[in-house]
Parts: sequence; structure tokens; C-alpha cells
Amino acid sequence: MRYEAPSSFEEASGLLAGETGVTRILAGGTDVLVQLRSGLVEPDLIVDIKRIPGAKDITRTDDGGWRIGAAVSGAEMGEHAELKAAWPGIVEAVELIGSTQVQGRCTMAGNLCNGSPAADSVPAMIAADAIAEVVGPSGTRDVYVEEIPLGPGRTRLEKGDVIAAIRLPARPERAGDAYLRFIPRTEMDIAVVSAGVSLCLDASGKVLDARIGLGAVGPTVVNAAAAADAIIGTTLDDAAIAAMIEAVATACSPIDDKRGTVKFRTKVAGVLAKRAALKAAERAKA
Amino acid sequence: MSQIHVTTKINGDETEFLCGPEETLLDVLRDHLGMTGTKEGCGTGDCGACSVTVDGRLVCSCLMLGAEAEGHEIGTIEGVAKGDELHPVQKKFLDHAALQCGICTPGFLVAAKALLDRTLEPTEEEVRYWLAGNLCRCTGYDKIVRAVMDTAAELRGA
Ligand SMILES: Cc1cc2nc3c(=O)[nH]c(=O)nc-3n(C[C@H](O)[C@H](O)[C@H](O)COP(=O)(O)OP(=O)(O)OC[C@H]3O[C@@H](n4cnc5c(N)ncnc54)[C@H](O)[C@@H]3O)c2cc1C
Ligand code: FES
Ligand code: FES
Repeated sequence: MRYEAPSSFEEASGLLAGETGVTRILAGGTDVLVQLRSGLVEPDLIVDIKRIPGAKDITRTDDGGWRIGAAVSGAEMGEHAELKAAWPGIVEAVELIGSTQVQGRCTMAGNLCNGSPAADSVPAMIAADAIAEVVGPSGTRDVYVEEIPLGPGRTRLEKGDVIAAIRLPARPERAGDAYLRFIPRTEMDIAVVSAGVSLCLDASGKVLDARIGLGAVGPTVVNAAAAADAIIGTTLDDAAIAAMIEAVATACSPIDDKRGTVKFRTKVAGVLAKRAALKAAERAKA
Repeated sequence: MSQIHVTTKINGDETEFLCGPEETLLDVLRDHLGMTGTKEGCGTGDCGACSVTVDGRLVCSCLMLGAEAEGHEIGTIEGVAKGDELHPVQKKFLDHAALQCGICTPGFLVAAKALLDRTLEPTEEEVRYWLAGNLCRCTGYDKIVRAVMDTAAELRGA
């Protein structure tokens, strides 16, 4: 195995594109090191992106949004008061990843590219309509986070592609987001089901726009667009919530395993989506 | 296999080492540098026995390559006491009998010190969440949590 720590994303992309064997990008390493240890993956090349200038920066974009470098850790996001105020749901999702120790290293891009349908930050990023800035062999392009997951452990990124940053849009007035997951204990577990909701309200309290991401209810994190449609234009009254829960259930195609049955996951997805929507609305009004 | 030359600071001392690209920081500490205070429980980030700090931030040394330490400051259990003088949190672990077999203890101490370096007013809930990545099969955690709370109280002069 070769270890490289390039000083630009272009160089990182070139190294990855030029390697014929198995490659891994090393952000926080909290998935990669576990894979190395288990012998599950034997990479020929590891490309560490943490020494790339800017990779650890959280900055504002010209349009008032946010740009979070691909090597920014969960702990660093949690300590960023302004980011937390703008996108509390994103930050609470990231902060749920692992222990204090894991928080010191784990990244959103790594969480996304590891390809787990239960990855905690992904439903929140999909709800936020986040964009990944991808540097590839033919240049830099923007890809919606929603388009990246392909299946368990698989993404639509291609050989030589590296995410340089995750961008979050500017927040309109009266906007809020929230993320909730169900686990059988209070810490250190993988989501059995999860839901992220981002919405904004008009002056009268009606939902102007909404997006809902669901975790661990299918082979990839799901963008539950029909469920979001069910609450747009409403005041989140009981009928709207009931319609949303029904649409959530339709969007679920979970597996049955010892951690949760299909019936349980489908039911809890609706409950979490409801609670996340109400919490997001409360934040939007605050 | 080519070895990687790494320059770091460990517990304040400039340290250079050679490591293989697959070797973790935990392997380097224990097998190359003879710093066996840092323990290996699981090797997969679950138990916290391998806890160290990197630039003051708590991490699992089993989840980090030795090569990633380049240019960073590492803090290990060997740096917690000042010579023969135990750190207050170490004394409190003894006072409260917060250890039995002791395999988890270095990790708990490094983690607890990292918390106390950030705040001397943690709530019990904060202590429990902060230490959730440190597993102990012997004590049942309660004595550990009390030792940390008591250290915080002592350090803030309460
Ligand atoms: C003890 C423990 C507890 C955990 N708990 C949780 C949890 O509660 N919830 C959860 O969701 N996850 C959890 N995880 C999994 C893991 O911590 C997360 O998925 C984390 O976000 C991965 O980020 P990373 O930076 O460490 O990724 P890495 O391990 O560095 O990389 C992961 C994958 O993404 C790819 N990659 C990394 N960066 C990029 C990039 N910039 N561009 C393209 N590809 C990239 C790598 O090639 C690799 O395949 C846990 C892991 C451990 C060890
Ligand atoms: S040995 Fe590193 S967490 Fe268990
Ligand atoms: S004292 Fe034995 S594992 Fe903690």
C-alpha cells in the first residue's frame, strides 16, 4: 500500500485516476481504517486529503451559503456557532456520528462516500439540498448530494473523483431543519431508521418549501419528495402530517433484520419525519 | 515496503519515527516507540482504550495511520502525569476506585483530561456522553463518572 498526502485536490484526483489498483481517500479515516483492519479492503493507494489547503475550512459563499471543506470534522462543525445557528439539523446529524473520539476525525463527505444507507449526515444533507463540489480528471463540477449514493457501499462518483467541499445553500427567512434517528440506546449505534427535514415558512406560518430525507429505509438514503409535497402549502395541521406519514411509508423499502422489522422501520420513519418536521418548523419560527 | 518518515511532537517532545504505510498511530506508539500505556482493545474505534489527543483533540489512535501524525502534536497517557506527580484526575481515579483490571484506564484518563481541559463545569450527562466511546467491562462506569465529576469540582476550587 502506498500513502500519499497531496497538496491540492487536482493532485489528489490525478493520483487516484492514475492508480490501476484499489484506492481509498482518507478523510477522517473512521470507516477506512476499520476496513483496513478487517482486511475487507486492501487498498493499493491511500490518498490523505487533510493536508490540502482549505480542506479544513468552513467559509461563507458569495450567495450567503456555506462551504464546508471535505476534511472538516464533526467536532469542528459542532463548535462553529454560526453554522450551527444556520443549519442546526445538519450539525445535529453530524454530531450523532460515533463517539467524542470519532467526532474528532469523521467528515460529512466520508459519511456520504462510505455509502451506508444509515449514514447519519446524509438524510440531513439531502433535506438541505446540499451540493458536493467534485474535483475529477476533467475538472470541477457540482453534484447534488442526493445523486451520489448508488447502493450500500457504492456511489456514483467515478475514478479520480474527490469531493473538495460540501456546500449548503443560503437560508431564507423563517427556515429551519432537524434530524432525528432511532437507535436502541442513547449513543454509539447505527440508525435503525432516521429522518431529516428542512423547510421554510411564509409570514403566515404556511410551509413554502420543504425537503425530507430518510435513512436506513432502503438501499440508499431516500429523498421523500412526495412526503415533502404533502406538507408544502400547509400549516403542518393534522391532516397534512397524516398525508406526509402516508407518503413516507410509501417511500420506505427497508430490510427486515434483527435491528428492526420492515413494519417497525416503516412506522418509525413516519413518526420521526413528523417530529423532525415539527422541530424544523419550531426552529423556523424562532 | 517503503517506510514513511514522520516528524511529530509527542507529549511535548520532538519525535521522529519510521512507519509502514499500513501501520496505525497505535502500532507506532506501542511497537516502535515503546509507549505501551496506550492500549488496544478492539482496533476498530469502538472501545476507546487507544485514546490519544491530536492537537488537543481526542481521537482513537487505532483509527489513524502513523503517517497522519506528520506535523501534529500527539498527547498520550504517558504525558498526563508530570513526572512522579499524578494529574488530579489520576488521583481521583485511585480515590474513587474507578478501575479494576485497568485495561480501559489509560483511555478513560486521556479522554477525561481532554474534557477537563475544555470545561471544569461538565454536568454528569456531559461526562457520560463525552465518555460514551470508552468502554469498561469491570467498573460499571459509575465510579469513573464520579471520579471525573469530583476532579472537575476540585479543579474549579469548589
Ligand atoms: C466507533 C464508530 C462509530 C460510528 N458511528 C457512526 C454513526 O453513529 N453514524 C454514522 O453515520 N456513521 C458512524 N460511523 C462511521 C463513520 O464514522 C462515518 O461514516 C464517518 O462520517 C466517515 O467519515 P470519515 O471522514 O472518517 O471517512 P473515511 O473513513 O476517511 O472515508 C470513508 C469513505 O469515503 C471515501 N471518501 C472520504 N472522503 C472523500 C472525499 N472527499 N471524496 C470522495 N470520497 C471520499 C473514502 O474513500 C472511503 O470509501 C462510526 C464509525 C466508528 C468507527
Ligand atoms: S482500540 Fe481503538 S477504539 Fe478500541
Ligand atoms: S477496569 Fe477493566 S475494563 Fe475497565
